This record gives sequence, structure tokens and C-alpha cells, in this order.
Amino acid sequence: MALAEPRLAIATPRPREGLSEVIARQGTAFWIVAALLLVMPLLANPFWLVQILAYAMILGMIALSLMFLAGYGGIVSLIQMTVAAFAAYLVAIFGDSAITQISLKWPWWTAVPVAILLATVFGTLGGALSVRTEGIYTIMITLAIGSAFYYLTLQNYTIFNGFSGFNGVLPPAFLGIDWGSTVPFYYLTLGCAALAYAVVVYVSRAPFGLALQGTRDNPRRMAALGFDVVAHRIAAYAFAAVIAAFAGVLLVWYQRQVSPGTGGVGPVVDMLIIAVVGGLSRPIGPFIGALVYVLLRTFSLDLLDWVGFEGKRYQLLIGLGFLVIVLFSPDGLIGIWQRLRDRYRKSRETQAAQMRVGGGSP
Amino acid sequence: MSAVPSLERLNTASSGNALELRGVSRLFGALAALSDVTLSVRPGERRAVLGSNGAGKTTLFNCVTGDFSPSSGVIRFFGEDVTTFPPHERIRRGLRRTYQISSLFAGLTVVDNVYLACRGVSRNRFSLRRPRRDDTLQHAAESLVDAVHLTAVKDRLVGELAYGQQRQLEIALALSGAPRFILFDEPAAGLSPTERQDLVQILTSLPAHIGYIIIEHDMDVALRVVESVTMMHNGRIFKEGRPGEIESDPEVQELYLGGGHG
Repeated sequence: MALAEPRLAIATPRPREGLSEVIARQGTAFWIVAALLLVMPLLANPFWLVQILAYAMILGMIALSLMFLAGYGGIVSLIQMTVAAFAAYLVAIFGDSAITQISLKWPWWTAVPVAILLATVFGTLGGALSVRTEGIYTIMITLAIGSAFYYLTLQNYTIFNGFSGFNGVLPPAFLGIDWGSTVPFYYLTLGCAALAYAVVVYVSRAPFGLALQGTRDNPRRMAALGFDVVAHRIAAYAFAAVIAAFAGVLLVWYQRQVSPGTGGVGPVVDMLIIAVVGGLSRPIGPFIGALVYVLLRTFSLDLLDWVGFEGKRYQLLIGLGFLVIVLFSPDGLIGIWQRLRDRYRKSRETQAAQMRVGGGSP
Repeated sequence: MSAVPSLERLNTASSGNALELRGVSRLFGALAALSDVTLSVRPGERRAVLGSNGAGKTTLFNCVTGDFSPSSGVIRFFGEDVTTFPPHERIRRGLRRTYQISSLFAGLTVVDNVYLACRGVSRNRFSLRRPRRDDTLQHAAESLVDAVHLTAVKDRLVGELAYGQQRQLEIALALSGAPRFILFDEPAAGLSPTERQDLVQILTSLPAHIGYIIIEHDMDVALRVVESVTMMHNGRIFKEGRPGEIESDPEVQELYLGGGHG
């Protein structure tokens, strides 16, 4: 599988810098996107805010946790969606839902931290189980854990309420704001996604992230430098699980329900598709992949109907898109963007050089 | 305690050695890459291991660092039995090695490669915080880069370096932290004559308390930087001595230097 070998240059460890330096380093594209996201509630209707953008950011966070493991650690873990689904279930079980005989009705500020903590422990244990395998075997074992969780939730009625799962899981209201209404939920999701993105960017250049990239490129040498490669990889699973668990909490608030299908094999594989389509080389990739995925899912039905095909075949469109992107750009949409930018810069440079040679000014 | 005299004497003797191997063997299927190797090296001692290809030299290194565990036998590092330790535990105790084929992080700059090596043998390997500008490890990394004469290229990516510079960087990685004993696996392989001079200078100017074993085919390099020599053949040690003795030994000349030398 080609996706197990993303060839990346390791990011150099930047010394700790002030916020102003970080801000000064960002390109124009970053500022345009940031500004657009911030003023989006003025531009977009509630459908676009929540169904498209917030949903894409939630899926992007789960795929980001996969990107962290796969891109920096070379670990293709399919367990991330299951971690998110577990966190989603725990919020419904400890918090409030329509299934009053199971839900414990803890206040959200107890239920959510406990859910994130337990989901992180789950993700770490899953990592500890699969850490000694590599490549396709990691995919197999994490997929097996995911399937086991799916069937557990499907067949267990005392805790997971079986086939129907939990509905009526509402986002909390605090600070005088109902976080379930459109604009607050959009900003809540945006805040969490931006935080997850920033943390991943920061950690990738901290000693922990740097050493993780070392274990990806040359595990044997890392051991010969005094690093415990296995412990480092398990810690990476734990770190990624925290991000996936936060996303799982947002996911259950977004869907207002959780059922076995949330962590089924379909969504598990979708996360891999999102991360690969977006690009595993940079933390922004999973968010781009998630946006494309949500747009395709939402509009391909209408599009296919419009062209005259059976609308239910939208999965075919997603599959074809995946194939085309992986065939033409193994590093995903991010890779296409980078190549276009490099070409543009190069052509500008040659233009400038030609003008200098010509000696004339326009 | 003194009821078991011979064994007791052995243990006391071993505590004085930097590295001690007793009856170490390593089998690959039916092939004995190492058989019954017994070897002791004093702290600060510098020794060459010579032998033809397939004599078991690199396997010996891999057993000492823990890349392979020996099929039988005991390995002690400064008196401590490290036979079952994983590689990183041995490295943290002051053992270092270089690789015959450069094993570096090609996507990182020179100074970052060394920084990783310094971080590996320090605490806070899992630190989520980026280093400060005045980080002590950053300084340590820079001065090591200087020690192997790579300051001019310290911010270049390792993948872009010339071969000889990569070999020098291999050595810098082995010098990180507080090494007590280093295994050099053919550090001069592929180097130009000037680069070999440079290498000899780096090796001879190491602090006196750092001992090492060097595997080297180039006798001019090997015999100038060591005080003792171990000859290996077919996974066994068959001769030990001073460089001069080994060079003039007829059996060694027959086996290793070959008939070509006359």
C-alpha cells in the first residue's frame, strides 16, 4: 500500500518563538482562510454553517489525529474513528439522552472530561496492542479493534443500547449561550478545530514530534540514539486519541445521537480516505479532505440526478474521486496545491530573470 | 563469598572492564555468525577488530548494542549485565555506535540530527514544548557539529551533504551526551585520503576516558588510532595483540592481508 510510505521532509525544530513571530510567518492564504472562517456566519446560511462546515471540521479533527500518526509517525491506524465513537457513546451514557434508563445524567462538565479521558485510555490501549506491528498489519489489527467495538455496541443493550443507540443527546447550555444553536455551535467547532490544528503544528516541531518523525524514518537509529521507539509510538497514539476524543464529543452534539453505525467499518475507512485525499504531509490536509468529502456526500446525489444517473450511487463518485487523486497525486490535494504554487513561483522567477537580462523596465 | 573462588574472581575482574563478553554466540539458522566470543576491553582502551568479510565483526557490534540478542553468552557494560537490555537502555548507559552504511535523518538539517541524538540521551524525550533559543542541548549540538568540522554546513539538509560529511556526522551522533564507550563500524569506508586524515585526527583527539572498538579495513587508519587489536575469522577470535605484533604476525598476513602483500 503506497499510502503507508508518505515521503516527507521532517520539519525542523523551531525554537520557541513569540506569538508575533508566529503570526508574521503565516502566508496570505492563511489569513484569507482564517478571516473567512471567522466571518462565515455573516456570509453563509445555517445549512452551510453546520451541515457543511462544522461537520467537515469535526471529521477533519478525527482525520487530523490519523494524519498525526500516519504523517509524522508512519503509523496507519484505523482506530481513530472508533475512539471518537467511543467518546460519543460515553457522553450519551454519562450525560443526558432520550434513553433515560441508561443515561446517568451527569452534568456536561463531568461527563465530557470523563468521556475524553476514557476514550484516550481506550485509544492508548489500542495503540499498545498494535504498536509492534507495521504497515498493513497495523491497518489489520486496528480495523479488527474497530470491528469488535462495532459489534459490541450493536449487540450490547445494557450499556450501549444495541442497534438503536442513543438519541436526544443535546449540546449543553452554559455562559448564557445555547451551544446547540447554529452560530455558537459553529464557533465552538471552529475553536476546537483551530486549537487541534495549532497543537499538532506546534508539537510536530517540539522534541516529542521531532523524535516521532525520527522513528518514522529510521526506527533502528532512533533506538541507537537512546529513544524507546515503542514507548514513543504509544505516546503518539495517546496524543492522537485526545484529539479524536474531542472530535467525538462534538460529533455526538452535532448528530444529537450516536448508534453503532457511528463507528462502523464505513466511517472507519472514510477517515482514511479523508486523510489521504487531503494529504498526509501537513495538518491542514485532513480538513481539506473532510470538506471535499462532506461536499461530495451532500451534493453528489443531486449532481448525479441532474446528470441523469441514479442518485444513490454517490459512493461511486467518492470512490472515483479517491482513485483519481491517489493516482495523480499520492500526497493528496495538498500535494497538488504545493506543485501548482511551486510552478507559479518558478515561472514568476524566470520572468523576473528574463526582465533583468533584458535590462528594460516595463 | 569466597567459597566459590574462580567465579568470584571473574566477577571482580569484570567490574573493572568497560566492555566484557563471555562466550557470546549468535546463530542465524545453522550459520554461526559468532561462536564463543570472549573479549574484555578496559575503560578508555582503544581497540581495532579486524577480519575478512563475514568474520562476524558487525554481528559482534549488533550483539553489543542489542540490535540482535546473542544466542548464548553474557555481555557486561561497566560491570552491569546488559545481555537482555533493549538497545535504548544500553545507549542511555553510555554506549554509542556508528553504522557502516550511514544511518541518518536525511530530511533534517545537520544540527537537528545532532540535536535529536543529544535529546535521546537526555531527559524530556517526550517534551511537548519547543526548545528555547538558549536551550543547553541546542548548544551541545552546535559544539558537537563543530567538533567534527561540519560548522560550515550545519544548517544544510543531511540528504544534500557529501558522502564524507555524512560519515563525519555519523561520528557526531555517536559523541552526543556523555559517551563512555563507542563502537565505530568502518568509519573510513569510502573516504578520500584527506578525509581519512581528518578522521584520524578526530579519533585521536577524543577525551582519554572514552574507549572504543573500531572495525576498519584500512590498516593505515586502524593501526594508528588503537593500542590493541583483535583478529576475527569465521565468527571466532583467533588472535589478540598490539598493533605491531599483529602486523608482523605471519598467520595474520596469510589470512587477512592476503598473499598480495608478498
